[in-house]
Amino acid sequence: MKQFKGRVVAPGTVTAEALVSHGGLNTLASFQKALQFGDKKATCGDQNNADLYGKQMAGKALCLPQTIGSTTGGLVIYCACSMGRQPACMLFSQPIDSLAGAGVILADIWLEGEHTKMPVVDSLGEEFLNYVKDGMSITIKEDGVVEVN
Amino acid sequence: MILTDEQKAILNGEKGETLSKVLQTVIRYGELFGAEKLVPITSEYNHLVTSFGLKALGPVYDLMNQLIEAGAVSGQKFSVDPRPLDPNVPKNFLQDFIFKNFMYSKQDFYEDQLNKLGLMDKDAFSCTCYMDAVGNKPKKGDVLSWAESSAVVYANSVLGARCNRNSGIIDIMGSVVGYVPYFGLLTDEGRKATWVIEIKTTKKPEAQLLGSAIGMKVMEAVPYVKGLDKWLGNELDDAACTYLKDFGAATASNGAVGLYHIDGLTPEAKECGESLIAENAKVYVIDDAELQRVYDNYPIIWKNPNAKPKLCFMGCPHMSLEQLKSWTDKVEAGLKEAGNAKVVIPTVFTAAPAVIKEFEKTPYAARLKATGVIVSYICPLMYMNNPLCGKMPVITSSNKLRTYTTARYYTDDEILVQITGGKK
Repeated sequence: MKQFKGRVVAPGTVTAEALVSHGGLNTLASFQKALQFGDKKATCGDQNNADLYGKQMAGKALCLPQTIGSTTGGLVIYCACSMGRQPACMLFSQPIDSLAGAGVILADIWLEGEHTKMPVVDSLGEEFLNYVKDGMSITIKEDGVVEVN
Repeated sequence: MILTDEQKAILNGEKGETLSKVLQTVIRYGELFGAEKLVPITSEYNHLVTSFGLKALGPVYDLMNQLIEAGAVSGQKFSVDPRPLDPNVPKNFLQDFIFKNFMYSKQDFYEDQLNKLGLMDKDAFSCTCYMDAVGNKPKKGDVLSWAESSAVVYANSVLGARCNRNSGIIDIMGSVVGYVPYFGLLTDEGRKATWVIEIKTTKKPEAQLLGSAIGMKVMEAVPYVKGLDKWLGNELDDAACTYLKDFGAATASNGAVGLYHIDGLTPEAKECGESLIAENAKVYVIDDAELQRVYDNYPIIWKNPNAKPKLCFMGCPHMSLEQLKSWTDKVEAGLKEAGNAKVVIPTVFTAAPAVIKEFEKTPYAARLKATGVIVSYICPLMYMNNPLCGKMPVITSSNKLRTYTTARYYTDDEILVQITGGKK
């Protein structure tokens, strides 16, 4: 087990299986098909992301450096949370970018109900992304501590 | 964050619960990036990124309804990104079925919401809202709450306005409360360049390729570009602005650039010169070989890499009037050289509705029509997001379209040869 400490962006505790993207997550390209065609698993549709393409994102501990792409990114995260198709949590190795940050805050403030929640921790460091692998078990604690097993 | 009495009153709900939540959103967004205060928006108009009534974005439309019903709308009118559909653009029955029944079935509903929220006019749909014909052109120093990455980078860099790379929804929320958080590209410090780019090419670099190379290298940092004024001159004329429009869109989509400075050309670089470069800035030298390396490394994600293109899109971001005219000349000359009367690949040039109207007043419009090129106000990206369109071999000289879709990138010259059927 290894622990990493980051900054809490959206509070909450959760344990989930890791899904790792070493490149930036293109939010619109990744979620669009899933939201559009009712895919509850939120299968990643971004053909340019070899780490995630074709894999289930809903319910996973999504580990990534930052998000990239269209400035619709924030509202896509908001919609995924609203529909209950969001990852169990998002863990950023770098400080969160303005698009993902907007989506996470919008969801936290404007959505109600447990099914819409998504704890988010950022600034976990490059070592975190080097260490974590698909399928590892990840637990987020309230204070921004992330345990990887 | 330090708030004024007026802001505190809004936050405490004195102007209603919805407006309080809007302000809370803007404040928390700013706090995430270390903002210590909010500053007033000073631009005449706003610009929103969400232009499409995508069925999947139902929760966004519910949120917009909350704003409308609570009267939490902005006094500031806005333009918005291009419409996702245009009957003039080729599509087959099944593609059309998907567009209308699964993708953009909420378009009319959403456009009605946009009207209630303050759309400038019925034609204010373009990613190049800053074109003179469209009329949403901020002044130097204006503070904006815009989204749309290509428009934000243009406003910051070419016009000298100040705007962060905001997400959709945050764009309108800032405008509704009239304030944006003071951080990043709004600050003098945040506008300093942490990369110096040295252009050492033997010819004028392709705008979309150069922007792509720089974007992928510097990601969200601010680059200070030296040596480009040799090719663009020292005045922001139509040709230079058009170049920078395409260059900037590529930096913003292939990376996450929100501001660049061009030595001797863009307003802040002309005013402050190299004092805009931060200490210990990194250096990236770009020569012909580097541009070729970048080009050669683009993945080809067509199932059949040798497939004959079925469609060509030019204009992501939307073309300028100058571009429509110069491309009319190019297409005519290319067809003449190839011995063809019309383009051999269905080709769509996209531009803002207001720019198209201006273009139609010129003799170029009839000449371009005669070549078979279709002029449209569509968003090519929204078209390509249809899974059935995404499976088609589509070519483009837009590096933004390449990044977000399956469209394949070619340089302007290569596109011209392909669509005119030249060099057999």
